Amino acid sequence: MGSVSTRKIKPRKSPSVKPNFCSDGGQSGGLVENWQELAIAKLGEEVRSNRALRVFLDSCVKCGACTDKCHYFLGDGDPLNMPVARQDLIRGVYRRYFTAAGKFFPKFVGALDLTESLLEDWSTYYYQCSECRRCSVYCPFGIDTAEITMVGRSILDAVGIRQNYIHTVLDNVNRVGNNLGMIGAAIADTLEGLEEDVLEETGVNVKFPLDDTDADVLLLVPSADLFAEPHVDGLIGCAKIFHQQGIRWTLSTEASEAANFALFIGDDEKMQQMTRHVRDTALKLGVKQVLVGECGHAWRVASSYWPDITGNGLTADFETLHICEFTYDLLRKNRLQLDRSVHNNKVITFHDSCNVARGSRMGEYPRDVYRIPRALLQAACDNFVDMAPDTICEHTFCCGGGGGLLTDELMEVRVSGASPRVSALEDVIANQGVTHMAAICAICKSQFRSVLPKFDLDMNMIVSLHQIVGDAVVLNSET
Amino acid sequence: MPIEFNGKVYQTDSEGFLSNPDEWSVELAEKMAADDGCQLSPEHWEAINILRDYYAQFAIAPPIRILIRHMGKRLGKEKANSPYLYELFPFGPAKQACRYAGLPKPTGCI
Repeated sequence: MGSVSTRKIKPRKSPSVKPNFCSDGGQSGGLVENWQELAIAKLGEEVRSNRALRVFLDSCVKCGACTDKCHYFLGDGDPLNMPVARQDLIRGVYRRYFTAAGKFFPKFVGALDLTESLLEDWSTYYYQCSECRRCSVYCPFGIDTAEITMVGRSILDAVGIRQNYIHTVLDNVNRVGNNLGMIGAAIADTLEGLEEDVLEETGVNVKFPLDDTDADVLLLVPSADLFAEPHVDGLIGCAKIFHQQGIRWTLSTEASEAANFALFIGDDEKMQQMTRHVRDTALKLGVKQVLVGECGHAWRVASSYWPDITGNGLTADFETLHICEFTYDLLRKNRLQLDRSVHNNKVITFHDSCNVARGSRMGEYPRDVYRIPRALLQAACDNFVDMAPDTICEHTFCCGGGGGLLTDELMEVRVSGASPRVSALEDVIANQGVTHMAAICAICKSQFRSVLPKFDLDMNMIVSLHQIVGDAVVLNSET
Repeated sequence: MPIEFNGKVYQTDSEGFLSNPDEWSVELAEKMAADDGCQLSPEHWEAINILRDYYAQFAIAPPIRILIRHMGKRLGKEKANSPYLYELFPFGPAKQACRYAGLPKPTGCI
């Protein structure tokens, strides 16, 4: 089995690719006048209030363990995409203004003045990091580049350099309640269409309830699941499972978004606001369980931040589970009726989404977060194989489009960032006949659908995990 | 790339979608199609009009699956399938048809 970590690194061919920014779309269009003072003050606030950040900035010994672990670096060979170099863009500024050595002997300690050209590097390289945390797995000190990137982006935001894609999405959430800006009537129309499609295809009247106050279960999906392929097939799979099990469930027009892009720019206040909104909706509907659908960072936010944000009330009022935990519980209790033969012509592999694999947990035991999705796929399909061990589970590669990078103008970065994952996929296609790769993240699915054809692979290879399970669900028209 | 038409400049995004959907007109749609070497037939217009009606009602471009459903409701079953749409819009209904219809491209995890 080939190891992607040793793939040949190509030197960078083209100048750095930047995302579009708000205002005029220029790299520093909205830069405020006293930006330098503001940025340094904001960094000061961050290092004083975030102890972990200070430790991360202080403790790097330049051992080099992280250098070849980032998918963007492996893809394009740009030295500033080595995690340590990306961290140093802020570390140098921290040393210059917040350490004695940096104030008096800046050159000896790699301290950097915060110049406009350094800020340009921030706006490039903090948007060539998907906050996936793969480098932190290999760092002997556990330095988490994602935290540093989030701080970098929050400072950029504070001085007026606001990434267009992330802010368009956040504006949609603010205005309508979900990333896509899909109003309630559009959601209702879509769900009606899905009911008709499933009825036509299976002859069974599988329901897709919306705002049902009698429901026990609220399914919180990324809005992509109401819109895009293969996401919507995952939602259909969930509906089939609920139907088979006779579970009263509902989607919500109010809480129509699992994703929380505020995480990507380190905006805690907005992240809390969006979380409270979900909680309020769940309480209003009076559900017993909130199931978080197939969205990577939604689960990172839900499992890592929800309890803090919503306090103890969260666990008291309703239970929060990942949709995979929910389905796995049914499987473990032998309640799921599956017909594996529908997948006889498939060989499936699983792409661990970075936010789930390294930013959250599932189940009761360590490593359940890796075991549960695989157990579900193996229950639905006889032919399951894993990709190379240094590319899965805690070592998984990001899809290349995570962390707010899923925008067209960053396509070059997205393709090079996807190449380590695609190398591992090509390996199992060639040697083990893999036909499909399942994922549990809306961004992963959209990213692979866009980039797989650029590697001469079929975009339909990427599927939703609950699509694979759902297709195997034996439907009974009685339930 | 901006479109110059009848002495006016229309701003677009990198994929040619109109920046301001309110600037759309029938003539501009025909010009966009002509630039792609395509002449809009009554069948093209059936699809474009359904897209525009959907957008007027729901403030978002429909996904292909839903477009097909609305095609079926308005035009009958024989026109409610993806091959038919791809025949009309070989660059993909989501991109080509929505662009001619002046609909903004949806943004999100898609």
